[in-house]
Amino acid sequence: MGDVFATAADWISSILARLGIPDPALPWILAVARAFLLGVSGLLLVVFLIWFERKIVARMQDRIGPNRVGPYGLLQTIADVLKLMLKEDLVPLRGDRILFHLAPILTVMSVVGLWAVIPLAAGVYGADLEVGALYLPAAAVLATLGILMAGWSSDNKFALMSAFRAAAQLVSYATPAMLALLVPVMLAGTLRLDGIIAAQDGMWYGVTAPLAALVFLTASLAEVGRAPFELLEAESELVAGFHTEYSGIRFGMFFAAEFLHAFTIGSITAVMFLGGWQGPGAARYPTLGAVYFVVKSFAAYFLLVWARATLPRVRIDRMLDFCWKVLTPAMLVLIGAVAVIDRALAGSPFWARQGALLGANVLVAAGAVALLGRSPHPSPQGGRMKPEQERTP
Amino acid sequence: MTADQILFLVFAILGLGLAAASVALRNLVRAAFALIGCLFAVAALYALLEASLFVVAQAAVYVGAIAVLIVLVVMLTRRELREKATQTHRYAPLAAVLAALITAGLAAGLSRFASFARTMPALPPDDMVIRLGDALVDPSGFLIPFEAVSVMLLSVLIGAVFVAGGTRPGRGKG
Amino acid sequence: MIPLSWYLLFAAALFGIGLYGALARRNAVAALMGVELMLNAVAINLLAFWRYLDPGRMNGQVFAAVLFAVAAAETAVGLALIISLYRLRRTVLPEEADLMRG
Repeated sequence: MGDVFATAADWISSILARLGIPDPALPWILAVARAFLLGVSGLLLVVFLIWFERKIVARMQDRIGPNRVGPYGLLQTIADVLKLMLKEDLVPLRGDRILFHLAPILTVMSVVGLWAVIPLAAGVYGADLEVGALYLPAAAVLATLGILMAGWSSDNKFALMSAFRAAAQLVSYATPAMLALLVPVMLAGTLRLDGIIAAQDGMWYGVTAPLAALVFLTASLAEVGRAPFELLEAESELVAGFHTEYSGIRFGMFFAAEFLHAFTIGSITAVMFLGGWQGPGAARYPTLGAVYFVVKSFAAYFLLVWARATLPRVRIDRMLDFCWKVLTPAMLVLIGAVAVIDRALAGSPFWARQGALLGANVLVAAGAVALLGRSPHPSPQGGRMKPEQERTP
Repeated sequence: MTADQILFLVFAILGLGLAAASVALRNLVRAAFALIGCLFAVAALYALLEASLFVVAQAAVYVGAIAVLIVLVVMLTRRELREKATQTHRYAPLAAVLAALITAGLAAGLSRFASFARTMPALPPDDMVIRLGDALVDPSGFLIPFEAVSVMLLSVLIGAVFVAGGTRPGRGKG
Repeated sequence: MIPLSWYLLFAAALFGIGLYGALARRNAVAALMGVELMLNAVAINLLAFWRYLDPGRMNGQVFAAVLFAVAAAETAVGLALIISLYRLRRTVLPEEADLMRG
């Protein structure tokens, strides 16, 4: 039972060989089966994630959450999916048909594609890319395109406006996310995700560079479009944002993509900053590594759910200000500081280096908070962006 | 027909087809998305060339920034969803002839090149990304072009912001 | 076993398609899309030569990286100009920007 993955692969190969499939085709079939399994399990996980989030948000808001359908409401999501599948499939009359159908598919593709490089356990991953850490922000590009497609093909001015704001937000926040990912890459000296995990066996990068972890989490929250950055689907302002005109299972695909993306962010944080599948005994028993990985991912995901339940929405111009005037400069300074300290103390004892890096993080974080505390950025009157109506409760 | 030959043909035909769609389609939004598809096909060809950094650079920089910008500007400057006027002006046939001539000339000129039919040599065993990084910051390597590109990008950033709208309220109102 | 010629021919064809797009389209943004195709064709050529002739030296890769940066810069400036033109004259067709025509 130590290595569930190898055992399963051997068992399947032996079945296929007995069925008479020629030998050269076996690795291809196994590869296709692995890819299929990765994708499908991600989508099936969404069912659990939605329940998890609804229960936790409910408890944080002093209510119970779904508890009617199934024990503790566990079957609630299945009921919701059934409902979505049975709804009428609406397509806008004058919208662009091809793009309308393509948009949810692209969004789901971008999220499931992220799972191709994330190592689940020692030696268990879809592909060991030489540039794995760069693949992560690059795959988020498809989501931006999917949102633009959705907003445009809906033939709906509100959806289009929401899509533009979404594109601005997503493209902007890709920068601090990429810069924050650079810090563990620098500390590990490699772009391979497996290498980054292996380099964390001394100390997790979340402890060495907590500011980078926090900035990555924040910037990725904005990339996904979850609270507090959920301007993309600001229910109270823009009906449902870029997916207003989507109903039934198409909307379900956007919904599932958002939740899966949030969990994927949690698992990327676990890989880059919390040591991935590392843990006592994980190198010898890959199954144990997979368990550690899942626990760490859910811990990071819990933080995201907590943020959603607690924080109010951020206005679009303040959100962009926050990205470009606080996060990006902080990250640039942090990268410089980490590079200098890492090189200067290359020969020093382990704890001296960790302490110095941690100190640099705290200093840059203090500087960033000081930047935040300055006088608020005024919205220009009559400029490009009209100040939004402040909603009175 | 080895596997990578099949892969090359698939992505090359896909890329050329999408590129042709991008320059021929009337609906500019669809043309922009066809361009994006072509850029992804080119990224797949980079993967066949084992230039791993450029696969993700193409996706992150070209598709993620440049193509998104193009799509945004197309969407912002459309006055209606469907494009009714013609998309090519009256010199278009001349342009087609010129493009065909230049392509043929390029192909002919390249075929005279000594290594035209060479097959792929093996990659050196060390990490290409690290070697690229070393080359870019090496003073006897490519440090000066690297710094020049940084200065150029900074000036372009400032210039583009200035041209597109300026920062003073009331400026650039159409 | 893909011979170098395949990559070079593909790049030449892509360049030709891009050239047609840049020359024949009325809309300025569409012309810019043609230019992007041409730059991509050049990048393929550079990387193919790097890989097939001398993968040990980094010249080809650095050239291609600089090309990416320059393409991004040129697109940004071009689109900024187009937006500016659209704001002033409500058109994106270069043939309608004829204030200076004698």
